[in-house]
Amino acid sequence: MAELQFREAIRAAIDEEMAQDENIFVMGEEVAEYNGAYKVTEGLLDKYGPKRMIDTPIAELGFAGIGVGAAMNGLRPIIEFMTFNFAVLAADQIINHASKIRYMTGGQIKIPIVFRGPNASAGQLSATHSVAYDSMYAHFPGMKVIYTSEPEDAKGLLKSAIRDENPVLFMESEQMYGLKGEVTDEEDFTIPIGKAKVKREGSDVTVVAHGKMYHVATQAAKQLEKDGVEMEIIDPRTVKPLDIETIITSIKKTNRCVIVDEAHPFGGLAAEVGYLIQREAFDYLDAPVQRVTLPDTSAPFAKNLFDEWLPSANEVIDAVNTVTYRK
Amino acid sequence: MAIKVEMPKLSDTMEEGVIAKWNVEEGDYVESGDIIAEVETDKATMEVEVFDSGTILKILAGEGDAVPLGQVMAVIGEEGEDISEILAEAESGSAEAEEPAEKEEEAAGQEKEQEEDYDPVLEDVDKETATAPDSDGRIKASPLARKMAEEQGITLSNVKGSGPQGRIVKSDIESYEPAKAPSAAVVSREDKEIRVSQMRKTIARRLSESKYNNPHYYETVSVDMQPVWDARKQINEVSDTKISFNDIVVKASAAALRKHPEINSSWYEDKIVEHGDVNIAVAVAVDEGLLTPVIDNTDQKGLQQIGIETRELAEKARNRKLQPEEMEGSTFTISNLGMFGIDEFTAIINPPNACILAVGAIKEVPVVEDGEVVPGKRMKMTLSSDHRIVDGAMAAKFLNTLKQMLENPLGMLL
Repeated sequence: MAELQFREAIRAAIDEEMAQDENIFVMGEEVAEYNGAYKVTEGLLDKYGPKRMIDTPIAELGFAGIGVGAAMNGLRPIIEFMTFNFAVLAADQIINHASKIRYMTGGQIKIPIVFRGPNASAGQLSATHSVAYDSMYAHFPGMKVIYTSEPEDAKGLLKSAIRDENPVLFMESEQMYGLKGEVTDEEDFTIPIGKAKVKREGSDVTVVAHGKMYHVATQAAKQLEKDGVEMEIIDPRTVKPLDIETIITSIKKTNRCVIVDEAHPFGGLAAEVGYLIQREAFDYLDAPVQRVTLPDTSAPFAKNLFDEWLPSANEVIDAVNTVTYRK
Repeated sequence: MAIKVEMPKLSDTMEEGVIAKWNVEEGDYVESGDIIAEVETDKATMEVEVFDSGTILKILAGEGDAVPLGQVMAVIGEEGEDISEILAEAESGSAEAEEPAEKEEEAAGQEKEQEEDYDPVLEDVDKETATAPDSDGRIKASPLARKMAEEQGITLSNVKGSGPQGRIVKSDIESYEPAKAPSAAVVSREDKEIRVSQMRKTIARRLSESKYNNPHYYETVSVDMQPVWDARKQINEVSDTKISFNDIVVKASAAALRKHPEINSSWYEDKIVEHGDVNIAVAVAVDEGLLTPVIDNTDQKGLQQIGIETRELAEKARNRKLQPEEMEGSTFTISNLGMFGIDEFTAIINPPNACILAVGAIKEVPVVEDGEVVPGKRMKMTLSSDHRIVDGAMAAKFLNTLKQMLENPLGMLL
């Protein structure tokens, strides 16, 4: 086991994959000469040269389109967005091209592309720089969406994403790049896409939380443990395809569920998981499923408002108290 | 300033009270000292007095509702006064209400809004529309509770829900204890469900405890009641009030207990207490069950006084007017089913007594006297004793003393 920062785990995944497949290249703003806006790709220009580490102009639609074209022609691009908040400029390439070409060509053309970069909010960056896009992209068929919470998951899943023959959106967080975690030394370690992980076992309530929200859930679990409430935390890791079976298995044990999601509430992951739970585990529910999400409001800039806006451990505790009838 | 009327503690053991009757309606004006309601506790029906004057702004519990100790039953104040805060607090179960100022101070900015009332998309969920009223007759239960009830053959309508708006949840099914199944009848008729009153609950609990915990055994003697029969006739010729056979049994028992203090005692695990006073409780049948009012210092009272007190207490018992203190402190209990023609029976000890005397009817029976069969008046008495305190021989000695006293009623004058 090695203790790696999140950025180091992502870098290791890219490095290992690039070393064994020369069709893989990285393209994006500041990825090469500057070693990455968040130093994820540090040292890779020196190692793989400017043909495989390509700096682009500030033109998301353009370089995303080049990536899709390259994938159609047999290369395996990794497109880095400085943040997914900027990737909306490339939405036409992602949503209308990357996700649909394999379908529209009857499977003749594969699109083995990874779009990656930080997702969601990262402090006081205001409304346009604080959106969680995982639920939105998961809405469209033909794409896989991953938003991990810990370095080892990031490494194992990014390697799987790079090897996948379909477009994968791999999401990270500016606030988690420095987060350290144990990462296995196992050679060529991968995690299959679409597998959730039970990260904390408990008998009283199932809490589903991924990405940055996983850490909010663990804070709540520590508090509730003092009151004798044992949370079972499930990190879906992959938003789509979603591993609902692991969640349902847990709910059959705990009979209660709270979903913590960093996205807005309407039509988000929390809504989808809530729907699936009532369909698959109706007879096992002892309380209506609760969700903790952002409000249906864009991110405020002011610190006090921002703190109120972002889901907190206290909100998770309140929701757990509601579903366990501990008011 | 509106005032909350909370369920008062009307007896030592009461945990909740059932509203038997409201004497007021919303909008009525009440003065301090008015009796606004009658509440059925585990022991008796008690009156609830108000200590403030004002208008009844809201009644929060209906007749027949069980209200836990300290919960708000009604709100008194000035007409038109805003009592929404009190009502909200009462609904959420008291302690939940918090100061807004306190909330500001919490550094973490704790979001107190419960998801149930607030959804990020729907925002404030309107309680009125979000939850069906209770009066629609639908039983609210979580899907899990419904499934568990079905699997265990539990009728949901028999389960009390502890969740929001009375929703039956998993824990309610888990803690549900079914009533004993009725014996099979040849013709199947619809079952009738009877709400278990506070009194029934108390009887069930105390007598089960007694029968399970106290090792009961029984001794029966037959008493020649001819002498009492004759003496009573004479006494009633001169007494202002009528003396009953039961009064005489009570008086004789009190005298016998004075001679046998070991019978007049209680078990307290590490010690036995022989009571200084002889306080005999008399079982009185009432509509919903039975009550055991106590005649204090029975041994120091004359037959007349015993007779008067017994009838007063029995009358109060039947009208559910007995005060808890009138049912406390017994050291021995007598249950008499003679008036129902019962020959003999065994009774369950009334804790913390050591013994209970079950008295049968006085019957004309053939008896053998000097080798001849002659008519006689006999009464059977059965003493139930707690073997932890009273051994067989002790009980026998007491019964013999009692028998002798009844057969020689003049001896009671000594």
